[in-house]
Amino acid sequence: MTTHNSGNAGPSHKAVETGVTVLITLFGALVIFGSVKAGTGWGSEGPRAGFFPFYIGLCIVGASLINLWNNWREAEGLFAEWQQLRQVLSVLIPTTIYAAAIPFIGLYVASIIFIATFMRWLGKYNWAMVAGVSIGVPVLAYLLFERWFLVPLPKGPIENLIGL
Amino acid sequence: MEEIFNLFQGFAVALQPFNIMVMLLGIVLGVIIGVLPGLGGANGVAILLPLTFSMPPTSAIIMLSCIYWGALFGGAITSVLFNIPGEPWSVATTFDGYPMAQQGKAGEALTAAFTSSFVGAFFAVVMITLVAPLVATLALKFGPAEKFAVYFLAFCSFVGLSKEPPFKTIAAMMIGFALAAVGLDSVTGSLRLTFGFTELLNGFDFLIAVIGLFGIGEILLTMEEGLAFRGGKAKISMNVVIQTWKELPRYWMTSLRSCIIGCWMGITPAGATPASFMSYGIAKRMSRNGKNFGKGEIEGVVAPETAAHAAGTAALLPMLSLGVPGSPTAAVLLGGLLIWGLQPGPMLFIEQKDFVWGLIASMYLGNLAGLIVVLTCVPIFAAILRIPFSIIAPLILVLCAIGAYSVHNSTFDVALMLVFGVLGYLLKKTGYPLAPLVLAIVLGDKAEEAFRQSLLGSQGSLGIFFSNGLVSTIMILGLIALFWSVIQEGWTRLRTRAATA
Repeated sequence: MTTHNSGNAGPSHKAVETGVTVLITLFGALVIFGSVKAGTGWGSEGPRAGFFPFYIGLCIVGASLINLWNNWREAEGLFAEWQQLRQVLSVLIPTTIYAAAIPFIGLYVASIIFIATFMRWLGKYNWAMVAGVSIGVPVLAYLLFERWFLVPLPKGPIENLIGL
Repeated sequence: MEEIFNLFQGFAVALQPFNIMVMLLGIVLGVIIGVLPGLGGANGVAILLPLTFSMPPTSAIIMLSCIYWGALFGGAITSVLFNIPGEPWSVATTFDGYPMAQQGKAGEALTAAFTSSFVGAFFAVVMITLVAPLVATLALKFGPAEKFAVYFLAFCSFVGLSKEPPFKTIAAMMIGFALAAVGLDSVTGSLRLTFGFTELLNGFDFLIAVIGLFGIGEILLTMEEGLAFRGGKAKISMNVVIQTWKELPRYWMTSLRSCIIGCWMGITPAGATPASFMSYGIAKRMSRNGKNFGKGEIEGVVAPETAAHAAGTAALLPMLSLGVPGSPTAAVLLGGLLIWGLQPGPMLFIEQKDFVWGLIASMYLGNLAGLIVVLTCVPIFAAILRIPFSIIAPLILVLCAIGAYSVHNSTFDVALMLVFGVLGYLLKKTGYPLAPLVLAIVLGDKAEEAFRQSLLGSQGSLGIFFSNGLVSTIMILGLIALFWSVIQEGWTRLRTRAATA
């Protein structure tokens, strides 16, 4: 079944796509459930709030079942190698921490730490280069967004301390 | 006649010094976006949208549309020099562009690409100038049923014309509709699908979805592939440009054909990517040098680039005149219009003449400015590509976060963007198209409103969608588009049977 035999293991395409399709089906079921709660019938002002999404939900579930069937017949090969997925996670995990930190320490401080970690850890740059880019970019963002185009960005205690 | 007068007034608006500055800034930003992996037309424009909040709407749309032109130009640079399509629509450009660069003819390939881009865009703008006012006048007669029929046609074209399996396209599209339905229902004023989360009261903003799906998702994909740049150097001398220009008129037939394919595919929301492939394929079949295609044939650069740019530009026609965007980037531009309080659609041509014609005039000027900028600055843009990915990636991620935050000044949106990013990565890897998902989020509310109003008028009978000539025609076109691949297959089967019999 698998045509891939370079020795590098990883999850099969079929398994991952099955997972994704099942998730979509569940999402469709959730939409149907929510629509039924909102009312799918015909009210005093015409079709009620759940009328349209109800049929959308049905379409999602229907299309997903066909996709599931097609996937089981046709899918082959690997989704990705573990090594590749590790690389994806090495971006995704720091980014998640970064996004979670923004409300607490502000966008500027979070960006400095994020860019610095990324460059030092994945790029193996020397500290001078790391400091230059990681501090330079937020400063540039500050000038561009807050000063010139008047778009406020989230700030935390440290930004407030400096008085930005 | 009136149109020509309006167009000249538009030029007067677009030629104000501030607008020219904004135009050049937009082009440069756009090319950078087009060159960088992970930033594309749609999410680039979405991220930079907040920058324009403090500008007058006309300047804002000029800047955003110029970012779009710039991104279209930029995609060609990476395809030719590095064999990395910066944008999906420039994949076909790599087929002959990169072999040309390897033979030391990078300058010729780039000149041909940029010039054909310009020709394609110019053709499409002329088409918009002539056709858009007519479509808008026609659209003024539209009732809710006709409006829904237009949406129906738009979404059916996706299913019938895209390369992805039709049921995956349908699933992706319906996810978009479902996401659009979340929150306050505009017709009855009641809440739905929020499941008690107050953050979902206002539903999902498609700009967040665009930044996540295309921006973050693309970074994750790039990371998986592990980028190794084998960068070539590029210089374009005036000599090469003139030499190539002398050669190009020979391919006028290919150009014209690609322009028409591009315009057609751009108006129906199939988009620039299939247009470029289709045009390349047809040029290969029709050309006398067809068998040299893929080995560095200049005609193989001309065909896809012309079509991609014509399609990218033509996508703005339905956006302006009907309020139905022809591509994700056009959808983002439409989102911009709504934020500035402008309702895209036929009324725009009556109520906001200055705005519409200023925009159309800026398309002429922006493309000309773009051509000059890219021809003179290629080495600089190529240098950007040599910045290692471990520096570029965090910068793009920070930019995405800033863009997502500043749409509604909400940190919840940054988290949401990340969720969309993971979703985009998984969907793309498993073959679900993202463009229909995004367009469905944008148009979902309006399509639903039109649908419900029509049904209200007809007391729930679906017959309203076939009640007069106009609406029936649009609906039948939609059905043909929906079943296009089935019809095509049936036709070939019939013909082969006839041939064997």
